[in-house]
Amino acid sequence: MSAPLARRSAPLLERRVLGPYVVLSTIDRLARPRPGQFYMLATAERWGGGEGERPFLARAVSVMRTHEDGVIEFLLEDVGPGTKRLCELEAGQELTILGPFGNGFSASGSETLLVGGGIGIAPLLELQDTWGGLALLGFRDAEHAEGARLFTDAVVATDDGSVGHRGLVTDLLDRELERAPTSIRACGPPALLHAVKDRARRHGVPAELALEAPMACGFGACYGCVVATVDGYKRVCLDGPVFEAAVLA
Amino acid sequence: MIEFCGIELRHRVINASGCFDALAAARVFGEALFEEFPFAAYVSKTITLHAREGNPPPRLWESEAGLINSIGLPNRGLGAYLESDIPALARLPVPLFTNVMGSTAEEVGELVESLEERPEVAAIELNVSCPNVATGLDIGADPRGLEALLARVRALTAKPLIVKLTPNTADVAACAAGAEAGGADAVSLINTLRAAALAPDGSGLWLGGGSGGLSGPAIRTIALAQVWRVAARVAIPVIGMGGVCCGRDARELIDAGAALVAIGTESFRDPLAGARIARELEGSFTQIAR
Repeated sequence: MSAPLARRSAPLLERRVLGPYVVLSTIDRLARPRPGQFYMLATAERWGGGEGERPFLARAVSVMRTHEDGVIEFLLEDVGPGTKRLCELEAGQELTILGPFGNGFSASGSETLLVGGGIGIAPLLELQDTWGGLALLGFRDAEHAEGARLFTDAVVATDDGSVGHRGLVTDLLDRELERAPTSIRACGPPALLHAVKDRARRHGVPAELALEAPMACGFGACYGCVVATVDGYKRVCLDGPVFEAAVLA
Repeated sequence: MIEFCGIELRHRVINASGCFDALAAARVFGEALFEEFPFAAYVSKTITLHAREGNPPPRLWESEAGLINSIGLPNRGLGAYLESDIPALARLPVPLFTNVMGSTAEEVGELVESLEERPEVAAIELNVSCPNVATGLDIGADPRGLEALLARVRALTAKPLIVKLTPNTADVAACAAGAEAGGADAVSLINTLRAAALAPDGSGLWLGGGSGGLSGPAIRTIALAQVWRVAARVAIPVIGMGGVCCGRDARELIDAGAALVAIGTESFRDPLAGARIARELEGSFTQIAR
């Protein structure tokens, strides 16, 4: 299904704080995103002016969860001028949205492992809500591990051992791979995705990875968000953000 | 309807080359793109003789009120453009302008000759922001070299030839005059301004291609100055661009002497920016008339 050809206003219905993360709820009356798709988000006010004149471009943010009534949730973390502004938005104020864009994940199942790191846990939630599957989630510390509360079935690892397993989420993945999962869906920092890709290949388990890349437009115009694949550079917004691990170079 | 180099256009707003991919947009937005195409003409990304992969990522850096890009002109080459892109682009409800770049006069000649044979192409835009292999300077930064290049390719086509000038030169008006003397039908400016960003971790230049080109509102007043100087110097029409975000910005470029206005970075933020700006621009004329 095509994305609506219109940048539009959307009210911020709710803003919830979850450790260092902020959950933003809005409503899209024109489109229903698929798991793994994303929107380009900006705030209607104080975007493109003010101190430092940043943020200027909208930010690509994956859909965390959708509801029957068109309500969409996004997970944000303040890591720069754009996400800071989005995190500051209060209920009742307006977002500007464009999307949904990207291919999204293919259908998973209860035997699918969902592997997420940090803010990358967001698109996995919709997968678990829709199709089930165990989530293996890695975080820096206990504060960030608050994000795991969103999931119904999750095993957690933290770098500092303050919650769950002390170490990397890939340690949890190694354990679960013994049980021969049917497939893997992963999203998180590049090092995590690299490690998942490596393990998927070694165990012969198909894996879909949701990538993140800075992008100016979200709809294939700027050519800024490319990733190297076995077929050359591909635009993350147009050919992704979800790629089969095997096609990534 | 307005007329530009013998081509009828619905309004004065087109896209800047490399800032809108109509075929990608058709994949994303579907039929709506053809029904509500936002620009009065579609300018293709730069096409080169041979396929180019483009620069390694990262390719973007958001700067103060702008964007630095180092994309590196990825395209599948002339052959694929002629064979599969032109037939697909012919579905667009607006004239097709094809932007090309060659690293030698022979290459530019070959590109122009091939496009001359295609009725779907309404006009040809030459990207002359390509370094001359001998001097290292952009071909478009040397007025005499530009005149010689134009004189050579002018004979190869009856289609309107637009020269996309580089702003990274000491005297943009002299370059425009060189293009005019060589037989160009129009000039377009400004291309992006050379710029760089450093990696936040101090590891050196951020962009995979080293330096990049700055666009967006940050360059709008520079564009205004260059368009004004060029329009005062040449008699051929000028396509003005650089940081235009709204009808008022477009109106200023028209007042500085531009015949058409092109939208680049703003249509990354809003895919319908072209149509919105065209409406606002039309409104600005009505207001003055009153």
